[in-house]
Amino acid sequence: MSQFLQQLINGLAWGSIYALLALGYTMVYGVLRLINFAHGDVYMVGAMVGYYFARWMAGGSSVPYFLLVLAVSMIACALLGLLIERFAYRPLRNAPRLNALITAIGVSLFLEYFGQYLFGADPKFFPSLLPTWEVFNFHGVILNNIQLVIFIVSFLLMLALRYVVLKTKTGKAMRAVSFSHTASYLVGINVNRVIAWTFAIGSALAAAAGILVGLSNPKIDPLMGLVPGLKAFVAAVLGGIGSIPGALIGGLIMGVAETLVAGYLSSTYRNALAFIILIVILLVKPTGILGKSTQEKV
Amino acid sequence: MKKLLVIGSFLVLLVGIQFLLSKFFNPYLIQIIVLIGINLTMSTSLNLINGYTGQFNLGHAGFMAIGAYSSAAFSVFVHPILISHLPFVPESILKPMLFILSLGIGGVFTAISGLAIGLPTLRLRGDYLAIATLGFGEIIQVVINNMDSVGGARGFSDIPEYSNFFWVFMIAAITLWVVGRLTRSAKGMELLAVREDEIATVSLGISSTRVKVTAFVIGAFFAGLGGGLFAHFFTYLHVNSFTFLKSVEFIVMVVLGGLGSLWGVVAATILLTILPEALRAFSEWRMVIYSLLVIITMILRSKGISLKNVFARS
Repeated sequence: MSQFLQQLINGLAWGSIYALLALGYTMVYGVLRLINFAHGDVYMVGAMVGYYFARWMAGGSSVPYFLLVLAVSMIACALLGLLIERFAYRPLRNAPRLNALITAIGVSLFLEYFGQYLFGADPKFFPSLLPTWEVFNFHGVILNNIQLVIFIVSFLLMLALRYVVLKTKTGKAMRAVSFSHTASYLVGINVNRVIAWTFAIGSALAAAAGILVGLSNPKIDPLMGLVPGLKAFVAAVLGGIGSIPGALIGGLIMGVAETLVAGYLSSTYRNALAFIILIVILLVKPTGILGKSTQEKV
Repeated sequence: MKKLLVIGSFLVLLVGIQFLLSKFFNPYLIQIIVLIGINLTMSTSLNLINGYTGQFNLGHAGFMAIGAYSSAAFSVFVHPILISHLPFVPESILKPMLFILSLGIGGVFTAISGLAIGLPTLRLRGDYLAIATLGFGEIIQVVINNMDSVGGARGFSDIPEYSNFFWVFMIAAITLWVVGRLTRSAKGMELLAVREDEIATVSLGISSTRVKVTAFVIGAFFAGLGGGLFAHFFTYLHVNSFTFLKSVEFIVMVVLGGLGSLWGVVAATILLTILPEALRAFSEWRMVIYSLLVIITMILRSKGISLKNVFARS
């Protein structure tokens, strides 16, 4: 039982990171109907920016310092997201969707391999920005402060996102754009700017996920984004793509399911699990848990 | 009669080149040329699915892996039994027959897996299908890694060496011929119709799922042949040869050559197989150049590098 609870805590910590990533997928899919393959690599860049910034600052480990690294990395990735959107996706706004998808794969490969050139292919060790201690130890079930920080940071970021999407003008415009580009344009919304905002916010969330992963699994390398990125996308589909609470639920389910499979069956099946879940969900309920079904029209 | 003459002279040409290659060329060059042939089979079969039918398959390396492992397993486990039961057949006849049998088994096995994957997933729209096929490619790797009878994570070694220039280019030519003929036939027009407008196609009474599954199964069959050729040329298999990146390589060939352009893809395949060898000195830049090529091709010329795209969108 205690082993199960421990796996559950670990799984929820992973799940929160997946959820942060899945939010980016779901938001971009909402406004552009595009699977942003490069999203997982933006998360890698987030971790790398955090690594280099922290090494340059050499500030030891404290909470304000951690928040500073987090903020710098999020801003840097928001800018990266804007760049990607401007130069790779905007020229294809009116092209067939398959072209945009291929371009997204191209951007993903570019970030991975240019990253390998820039950062070196060997793994790096993320500095411990926070001292580690056990928050509680209940009959062998341990929750450490890093996991607590992951929960708190991702929870706060999701609250912030919820506020932005539901209460601000930009958020309202985003929801409008996700319904129809043309109609939004007709009522005076600057569609390109809204899409740019969506990319910026999604990429900032990915950067936060990258920093949080750096805290809990310090080994980072230029290819670290590929597999988590795909799994986070599966999480977004699982929760219902386009739905923000869906991304949260999907991410948490994915994290827990994966940790349980790795803990009780075999870690070699861990990577296959996500895709088995994907294929099953696509067959049983393609709209996901919270997604709404839409009729395809001519 | 004319057809027979063409086929006959093609075979003579292949045998002649094969003889010249084995006499005068070093193994490194032969390997590159053979790889061009294998990649031609792979990219042309992917072109049928991605280019002509417009279904985005991101797991073509998975099909290649199934073909490679199943045909290699047949060669390693079944061939010795067959050889011991047929002592009266001279080896020079028996060996090629067995190789064709191995390739066929690999192709059919892959086609069946293509059917099993395609039937459920091809009902999905473009981008979901892309992810589902990608997932399938990853699952294949995990499965092979855990299959001890074919070496698992150690790799599958001691596969008999049958592939050579002759076989590889004969299969490549057959693939090109079949795909070229198919896409110009009435049935092939259905593929193009599904690519251009699925809803309109369905409203004409054509089952788009059947069309897509057909393309998928044929593409998988040839990918399986490609895998079999690969296995019997390198005589050693490891799942790391069939990762997502391998699928991407084939996609880059198809995209750069022009989705649905037979000869454009041939040109791109030859170019992209030779290019990495020519750029050995800048090997860390190879994938960077690849990715930029994809992005720029998509933005500037979404129809690929081919000069004449027969089925270009108006």
